Amino acid sequence: MESVSKKFRRGELYDSLRDLVPALTRRLLHPPPKGALLKGEFWALKDVSFDVARGEAVGVIGENGAGKSTILKILTGIIRPTAGAIRVRGRVSALIEVGAGFHPDLTGRENIYLNGTILGMSRAEIRRKFDAIVDFAGLAEFIDTPVKRYSSGMYARLGFSVAVHVEPDVLIVDEVLSVGDYVFQRKCTDRMFQVVRGGATVVFVSHNLHAVNDLCSRTVLLHRGRVEQVGPTAEVVRTYLDRARQRMTEEPAGDAFIAGVRMTGEGGAEGLAFRAGERVRVEVEVRSRVPCERLSLGVQVYDEENYNVFNTATERLGAGNFAVTPDHPFRCAVDLQMHLGEGTYFLGLTLHRYDIQRQYDRRLPAETFFVRSEQDVRGAANLYPRVVRFGSDRPAGEAS
Amino acid sequence: MSGEGSDILRHRDLLLMLTWREISLRYKQTLMGFLWAILMPMVVVAAGILVRGAFTAISNKPMQLTAALTVAVKSVPWAFFVGAIRFATNSLISNSNLVTKVALPRAIFPIASVCSQLLDFAVASAVLTVVLVIGHAGISWQLLWVPPLLLILVAMTTGISILTSAASLFYRDVKYLVEVFLTFAIFFTPVLYDVDMFTHLRQWLLLNPIAPVLEGLSDAIVKHRTPPLPWVAYSAVFAAVLLAVSLWTFRRLDPLFAERI
Repeated sequence: MESVSKKFRRGELYDSLRDLVPALTRRLLHPPPKGALLKGEFWALKDVSFDVARGEAVGVIGENGAGKSTILKILTGIIRPTAGAIRVRGRVSALIEVGAGFHPDLTGRENIYLNGTILGMSRAEIRRKFDAIVDFAGLAEFIDTPVKRYSSGMYARLGFSVAVHVEPDVLIVDEVLSVGDYVFQRKCTDRMFQVVRGGATVVFVSHNLHAVNDLCSRTVLLHRGRVEQVGPTAEVVRTYLDRARQRMTEEPAGDAFIAGVRMTGEGGAEGLAFRAGERVRVEVEVRSRVPCERLSLGVQVYDEENYNVFNTATERLGAGNFAVTPDHPFRCAVDLQMHLGEGTYFLGLTLHRYDIQRQYDRRLPAETFFVRSEQDVRGAANLYPRVVRFGSDRPAGEAS
Repeated sequence: MSGEGSDILRHRDLLLMLTWREISLRYKQTLMGFLWAILMPMVVVAAGILVRGAFTAISNKPMQLTAALTVAVKSVPWAFFVGAIRFATNSLISNSNLVTKVALPRAIFPIASVCSQLLDFAVASAVLTVVLVIGHAGISWQLLWVPPLLLILVAMTTGISILTSAASLFYRDVKYLVEVFLTFAIFFTPVLYDVDMFTHLRQWLLLNPIAPVLEGLSDAIVKHRTPPLPWVAYSAVFAAVLLAVSLWTFRRLDPLFAERI
């Protein structure tokens, strides 16, 4: 209840001993130097240190296998670090698993109580928040139905609804935000904002750079178990994207490959943040090691949930197919008009034979970009709404 | 050790909910409902009466009603002991998603299993009380021994449950081992018979730490005499030490649970 500031300091690893007895005997016979790796062990995290001040929201990003989940589990106390120490002050709550402990045979009501106590609420607290929880999930009429009869969306909504009503001092969030339909996701993101503004300390682990950018003032970038950068979110996200692009420019092994991508907005400015509706030019360079013929270039756009919101190919656009030789790289520029809702999107590129019988190269994400909208519109497509009438039908005489 | 205990006290709402979940799941969509609670003791009592019948047939003495009542008084706690350990042994594995995804004092899972079995025990005890009244078992001051004896029983059951739950998380065959042990333990425990039927073997049988508890219960409730106190003290010490050791061990192993499950 008292102090709510906290501090993390660690340098730890996660050791997974395959078999206890041989390892123990080996250790007894040849005590390994401290910090050494036994066969089959690896450092999921190595000398990771960072502080989170009270009331601060900190993001943790990094590609798969960078150690994000391990950090989560250590912060919540599910696993203990091999070396180093963490210090947390206050009540910690983790949104790692939505609907933890839900049982299919129990009703929604019963599961709310069960899940709520598992997440650390008292029964009195749940009773107080019960209506709010049901309301948030939008499941009032099904609350006495066993959850085995729920759709997966309803199930996730109920789980998330309980989770966001825990009021911890320190909230640790995994990528559980990506549950339910689009509307519900927005509701969850809004709720997260509320929590952050309410002064809670938040550690947010995510792939969703847009959400991290919006939510967190500072961000930690992990790379293979080490902290690569800690700093203002914008800077760290920039590093992360730059590195992703760098990796992309390393030449792949195929006969023909995508050698470069550039996105430019209107006015020719290179950048990755565009206005909704902006005409964006995508320039692609294709190179090859041996002459390749009858190629087609596929262009896709994916949203934050990896939903394919758009896809086409030069072949289908009537541009025909193309050939490329080691001496003559092929260049292609496609204009796309970004009629998209606000959010983060991924540009995907594929290089394949015109009949898709052979794929030479695939880049996803070839680029990550943001779309900003002046209007508060949500959803993948942007229909540019304009309110043209707004009023009730009153008899003419009554207008005030 | 005290750490684990106070953790669980702080999470008593959770303990209550987990216990309630186990109970309601056991009785939801079932044919027999609460009859399950008395089925197991009834089977044991039937077996006991059969065994006693055989004894009396051999010794040519008429079978007495008290013999049947003793078996009944001992088989209800025995059913609790067996049932609690059986459920608790699996409790961590069957809650593996909680063990790996949520930070909780994990000893709460085997303890919740024991608590849910306590309810069955209570239901069966209520039925047993009715049987005892009908069978004119009588009342005496010796009944005051019942609460401390039950406390020893619960402590011992909890201790074993905590140990087997942790062990079965690391080695899956522990479950089968426990099953075999529980099946055959009844032959080495005075449930169907009394230790007084043996002269030389008596103290060896009482070395089984659960035996003095069961004998004590039948002494206090049916035979209206003082339980074998030194042996009861032995059981009490055993239960206390076992509980302490099991909590300590559990706490030591706890950090490995999420990785090894």
